[in-house]
Amino acid sequence: MRAVLSPRRQQRPDEPAKRTGSAALAERVFRIRESGIVVVLAVFVACTAAVQPRFLNSANIQFVLIDTTVFALLALGETMVVISRNVDLSVGSVVGLSAYLATSLFGQHPGIPIVVVFLAGLGIGLACGIANGIMVAAGRVPSLVVTLATLYIIRGIDILIVGGKEVVAQSLPSAFLEIPKATVLGIPDLAIAIAVVIGIGAYYLRTFRSGRDLYAIGSNPEAARLAGLPVGRRVFTAFAVSGAIAGVAGVLWGAQYGTINSTAGTGYELQVVSAVVVGGVAIFGGSGSVVGAALGALLLSTISSALYVLGISPFWDQAIWGFLLLLAIALDQTITERLTSALRKRRTRHA
Amino acid sequence: MEVARLDAAESQPGSRTDAGEGQPVLALRHATKSFGAVRALVDGSVELRAGEVHALLGENGAGKSTLVKILAGVYQPDSGTLEVAGREVALHGPAAARAAGIAVIYQEPTLFPDLTVAENMFVGRQPLRSGRRIDRRAMHDETAAVFKRLGVPLDPARIARGLSIADQQVVEIGKALSLDARVIVMDEPTAALSAAETGRLFDVIRTLRDQGAAVLFISHRLEEVFTICERVTVMRDGSHVLTSDLAGLTAADLVRAMVGRELAERPPEAGADTPGDPVLTVDRLTSEGVFTDISFTVRAGEIVALAGLVGSGRSEVARAIFGIDRYDAGSVTVRGQHLRRASPVSAMAAGVGFVPEDRRQQGLVMDMSVEQNVALASLGRLAKGGLIRASAERAMATDWAARLKIKYGRLTDPVSMLSGGNQQKVVLAKWLGRKPAVLIVDEPTRGIDVGTKAEVHHLLAGLAKSGVGVLMISSELPEVLGVSDRILVMREGALVAEFSHDSASEEAIMSAAMGQQVAK
Repeated sequence: MRAVLSPRRQQRPDEPAKRTGSAALAERVFRIRESGIVVVLAVFVACTAAVQPRFLNSANIQFVLIDTTVFALLALGETMVVISRNVDLSVGSVVGLSAYLATSLFGQHPGIPIVVVFLAGLGIGLACGIANGIMVAAGRVPSLVVTLATLYIIRGIDILIVGGKEVVAQSLPSAFLEIPKATVLGIPDLAIAIAVVIGIGAYYLRTFRSGRDLYAIGSNPEAARLAGLPVGRRVFTAFAVSGAIAGVAGVLWGAQYGTINSTAGTGYELQVVSAVVVGGVAIFGGSGSVVGAALGALLLSTISSALYVLGISPFWDQAIWGFLLLLAIALDQTITERLTSALRKRRTRHA
Repeated sequence: MEVARLDAAESQPGSRTDAGEGQPVLALRHATKSFGAVRALVDGSVELRAGEVHALLGENGAGKSTLVKILAGVYQPDSGTLEVAGREVALHGPAAARAAGIAVIYQEPTLFPDLTVAENMFVGRQPLRSGRRIDRRAMHDETAAVFKRLGVPLDPARIARGLSIADQQVVEIGKALSLDARVIVMDEPTAALSAAETGRLFDVIRTLRDQGAAVLFISHRLEEVFTICERVTVMRDGSHVLTSDLAGLTAADLVRAMVGRELAERPPEAGADTPGDPVLTVDRLTSEGVFTDISFTVRAGEIVALAGLVGSGRSEVARAIFGIDRYDAGSVTVRGQHLRRASPVSAMAAGVGFVPEDRRQQGLVMDMSVEQNVALASLGRLAKGGLIRASAERAMATDWAARLKIKYGRLTDPVSMLSGGNQQKVVLAKWLGRKPAVLIVDEPTRGIDVGTKAEVHHLLAGLAKSGVGVLMISSELPEVLGVSDRILVMREGALVAEFSHDSASEEAIMSAAMGQQVAK
């Protein structure tokens, strides 16, 4: 195959330049989406640190990173769903249900291995995700409606089970509560683990057919069907994975906060969707990356923390999030338009 | 019925070489397909040989698209057989059609704008390396090799967004090539192409043919058919009409085969008395890339038909006149009054009514009642102090329902409960209630039964007699010939012919619409 290409290069000396030219353009734009977040993040950190140097002490950095982990993990599952032109609004409720049910196992079965608790959380989340996936993929109900319904249903079940009770830190083994606290060279172990998981997720979406199919489905669902892609199965899988991830995130949430009642994880779904969109994942599917979504989560956590450190009212927190969301969507639109017109001009063929 | 599994059909070695003159590489026989009460395909038959380019011709609604979707595995026929390389197959889905070696290139290319060209070509079947991972380098190299074979310098690494239609089609053709498709179906591939691009496409098609593929080529442009095709199949009203070598046939023969039906007797209401003053004047209307330099007038008491193929720009002109779509140049005048561009409110105030093509989506509010729909365009007149009076609404609806003989249960029933014909009458009543000077009707009888159709025709004629100028868009030639006083024909965004009621014939209109001069 390489041999085929080489003579062509010799015949058309102008070809390689163009190839790399438009490839580089596309590449560059994809990087812009992620590097844009990094720039915003850097500016934000620099400004905050200038006003309040305490912001950059290691305790606060650890706090932000830990705060990001649950969030970034949820963003991973959500990204898979959003890329396929769907949305999963039930993740917050799944976090709540899984956090309570899984961590209450410690009280019910003293000495139970921590791994089993995580597996229980995963199973609970998977069950919720499967329910979402069946309704969206087989029932052909819009995911916005399905997951809005399960958001309330799962929260309702949670409240029914939990009632006024709560899991308290005293009932949890200290090894469990230590999970978010362990560090290597000042970086929380958990943050490293999550970073690895996100790396695996990014690699999967990029390198495996089932991952690329999600992009194809989100980019043009009708064409995906005409191309014979297993649209229903892929979308179902995305929801199942998102649910399972939310289940695990719920257990982590429990380890982080120690006290779990029926309000755990309330409102997380919108924060996660915000992180995903701010992270450059197109809300109508087809493009974006898990890494970007994780960076989006990091940016939002950083903002919350910065406002806290600066002593600004949490009201601004939400307002700034909303502003960032608008900015991200506007930016996305602009980039898409620019890219389209740039690519039009860069037609590799001449009429 | 013995139906071979596809894998079996595919694993038959040398089937391509077997399919010579004697055995067709693909044969669809007597396929039927109905959607509810509509029989889209009555007798769909087509036979393709290896190494030929075969034309499929037919009027709008002749069943070509349904046939294509059956070959693509998108629709499953109600009855009939499909043979690929001599083996009977059942295509359960697009993937099955692909596995059987059938590739379909749709009129609107179906690419994934966010994926690269190479990914588009290999979607769902990317080359893999160890661990079932996608081998990007192999994918790009194979894509480059296919483009080399086609002789087009497209970059496999660029994303598909922003590709011209011609280049998108090249990608689709490349996909068919890399699939090693034995049958390539092209549904109006040249519709959106320039002459130069069409020429390049033909080179590609000839390459495919010489490599032994069978190409089914659908086009409304007869000169293209004569340029590129060897044999032709003509369909009419969902049925196979003829299959023949093109050599020895003339364009007139093909047009006659497509139109074919007994020439419709002309309803008596056609040919109104002397028309009055111009009520609608369209002057040099242009919308870039959609239609160009459209000028005509409609006089009071006159029915003017706008004929042409689907996609020739008829509906777009109507939408621009009514102010739904923006236009770039030209003007629209109603009774001497200039209409503001892109303002339906201004058009309505000047006395224009518009019955759109898609009455369910655009003509009616399906969940609202019959009376509310009838009153919808007259609310300003029916309201008092800003409040809509239900009694006035009811009175108006009762009046019009009686005049137009609308059949309904109760006026408060949702309009979705009425039959198609009665729904169309509701749309007409809505506009007639405003006493329009000009009424634009787009496909006024589509999907309506014969009886109601005649009533609608009668109604339009009656309206014209009362002094309204009617502009009617219709794809049904008998309707165009029967109802209208003058016939304008559009082709590819331009007005190409005008006929008086007496000088028009189905052949003449079809030939003008397809850009052919038919010797009388």
